[in-house]
Amino acid sequence: MDTPSGKLVRSHCVGTTAVVYASDYLNKLTGEKIEHECRRHLNCGCRALVIDFGDTKLVNSIGISILLGIIDVAEKNGARIVFSEVNSQTEQLFEMLGLTRHVVLAKDEREALLNISRYETTPIVH
Amino acid sequence: MELSTQKLIHTFGALADLGQEIAGTGDFTEMVRTSMHLLLGTLALRRGAVVECSGPTGPLNCVAVWGLGEQMFSALEIEEADKQAFLSGEATESLVKNTSCQNGFLNRHRDKLATEGIELVFPMIVRGEVTGLILLGGKASGEEFSNDDFETIRAMVRHIGVGIHTHRLIEQVAQRAEENRRLYDELRAIYRDTVRAFAAAIDIKDKYTQGHSERVGRYSEIIAREMGWTEQEVEGIQIAGYLHDIGKLIVDRDIINAPYNIDAKLSSELNRHPAAGYEILAPINHPYADIPLMAKYHHERLDGRGYPEGLTDEQIPLGAKIVSLADSFDAMTTDRPYRRRRSFEDVVRDLRENSGKQFDGKVVAAFARAILKEVKGETKDRRITKLLGKSYLEGEHVATLLGDLISDLEEEVSRKGAKAQSI
Repeated sequence: MDTPSGKLVRSHCVGTTAVVYASDYLNKLTGEKIEHECRRHLNCGCRALVIDFGDTKLVNSIGISILLGIIDVAEKNGARIVFSEVNSQTEQLFEMLGLTRHVVLAKDEREALLNISRYETTPIVH
Repeated sequence: MELSTQKLIHTFGALADLGQEIAGTGDFTEMVRTSMHLLLGTLALRRGAVVECSGPTGPLNCVAVWGLGEQMFSALEIEEADKQAFLSGEATESLVKNTSCQNGFLNRHRDKLATEGIELVFPMIVRGEVTGLILLGGKASGEEFSNDDFETIRAMVRHIGVGIHTHRLIEQVAQRAEENRRLYDELRAIYRDTVRAFAAAIDIKDKYTQGHSERVGRYSEIIAREMGWTEQEVEGIQIAGYLHDIGKLIVDRDIINAPYNIDAKLSSELNRHPAAGYEILAPINHPYADIPLMAKYHHERLDGRGYPEGLTDEQIPLGAKIVSLADSFDAMTTDRPYRRRRSFEDVVRDLRENSGKQFDGKVVAAFARAILKEVKGETKDRRITKLLGKSYLEGEHVATLLGDLISDLEEEVSRKGAKAQSI
């Protein structure tokens, strides 16, 4: 079920995985909303995060910084994190800056959830 | 796209965003926070902080932080020798892990910084002063910092340092402007109180008209406000009202206090007071315009039969016309030794008859509108009622009298306007 959490960021839960949808331009405003949404899901007990970049055309420096913050928080919470549907330009940027050392990139949301399910041991629905 | 090209585009984009952020006039903390994000995001640094020097030496204030606990900053402090080390260039950027660096700041805080994952410390230097530090964590890629990375960081730290400095200067200017405004308000209040005290002193000379100058000031203010004058102009005419009779200070007290109609000689002596008032007020540098002229011409009449110069309508400053009406209205509505005050009906009749001769119709209409608003309960305070006494404006006929007077005067004004246009 979709849970709209603001003007620009949608998210929903699949088991203990939160799927958060990034908007077309990942900058300070939208980045902070995504970060807030990810933190909220982690606080609710989510064990994994999928951030879907299907609509995202561009990620700027602030977006990178905020994504690193999300990775940091996920790692501290022992949560797995997967980025899905990243366009080739953004994928190059993530690789160049080393974000791919900390996250798995998946072709789409389904593949991301599959990737996470391989690591999940306790399915909890909330 | 080649990796180096993409990196350049990413860095240039960040520099452009940083320039825009620093040049903005938004919230200071938000500006620093965004600038820090731009720096971290350019090289994908996992954590960082911007700290400001709170004084020449001592603790550092954390302005923005990302990926670090704020508690670590309470233990950081900077000394003059540290600043000199940063300024001398021996430690313009300091690798925390470089134990051969002789910077005292790093030597004292190395363990703490390393534990928190800080790898670099950059000073923000503006106009030869260390204004703060930027602490940076390692790259998400795990790679070592390259010379290009250092160049990029240096450029961005310079920008951020100047941005913080400029915002602080703007804050200081705004604070000083606010202090000046407060001081100016205080001075204005002192000036107004002094003038009021002076007005009271003028009125003491005339035992029958105590409070007259104060009331004229208040009526003048009410009329000017009704005529749409600015707050500054309204304050000015109030002062003019307080001081309009200041020339009476040079008139013999016996003439002022004569309990009967005085003869022509004494009358001529008394009539010197507007010009004398001008002589007294003209050398003073008032914060409001034309106060001496309003005092000088408050006994002029539109028909030219006034004094001291026998000016006619257009020659008389509007302020003087307002003070003149306020002065006459107070004279008609207060008791004198040789007569009781006139009824409101009588006063309105006088104003109607003398509009266009003694008084300006537009000024009378404005005053009548102000009184009518109060009579109808459309005003917050009842200032005119307080000056006239509670019962003076009571009765249904008051509103009718005022309404008729206003419509007649406004009709007359528009008729004159049309006539002037046709000419």
